[in-house]
Amino acid sequence: MSTMPLWLDAAVAALLVAGAAFALVGAWGLAKLGDFMKRLHGPTKASTLGIGLSLLASMAWFAWQGGWTGREFLVTLFVFLTAPVSAHLLVKAAMRSEPSATPPPRPER
Amino acid sequence: MITTIVLPWVGGAFAVALLLAFYRLLRGPALVDRVLALDTLYVNALALLIVFGIVLDDPVFFEAALLIAVFGFVGTVAAARYLRRGSVVE
Repeated sequence: MSTMPLWLDAAVAALLVAGAAFALVGAWGLAKLGDFMKRLHGPTKASTLGIGLSLLASMAWFAWQGGWTGREFLVTLFVFLTAPVSAHLLVKAAMRSEPSATPPPRPER
Repeated sequence: MITTIVLPWVGGAFAVALLLAFYRLLRGPALVDRVLALDTLYVNALALLIVFGIVLDDPVFFEAALLIAVFGFVGTVAAARYLRRGSVVE
């Protein structure tokens, strides 16, 4: 366990820190921004990228330990597939509940 | 090791992200905001579970992470459908 090479250790640490930073920024945007359509940007993009980076770090860690089974990859695939779908459904729900949230009309030519 | 030094801070960052999402869950003016906050909450809980898996060096946490991912997605879809149509299954 203590014989992990320095480059792999540094890579795992860097991926973890980057993932945590992106997730934090996403949640901060969710708490801070003023409008639902603005708030949607944080969790859907930044948090998804953050969790992807953390899962990459975890994949590298367990691959070096010898216990890689591909479950991290499944989680990554599932999160990256489902995050846009749920965001799309939430936008549709928001457009129904408040009609002012619809996009502006196409400009006249 | 760099990773063992960094891990508590990473867990702390995900915990702060959870708290921010929880703030939006309590505050959020519309119901859609609360559903979005729940979505963020489960994504961050999943990341925290993965960090725990690295800390305890136990790959069994991935089963729990996969389950949270699946059920969180199903819950978000059901809530969004309910807000949009007034019913989950027609």
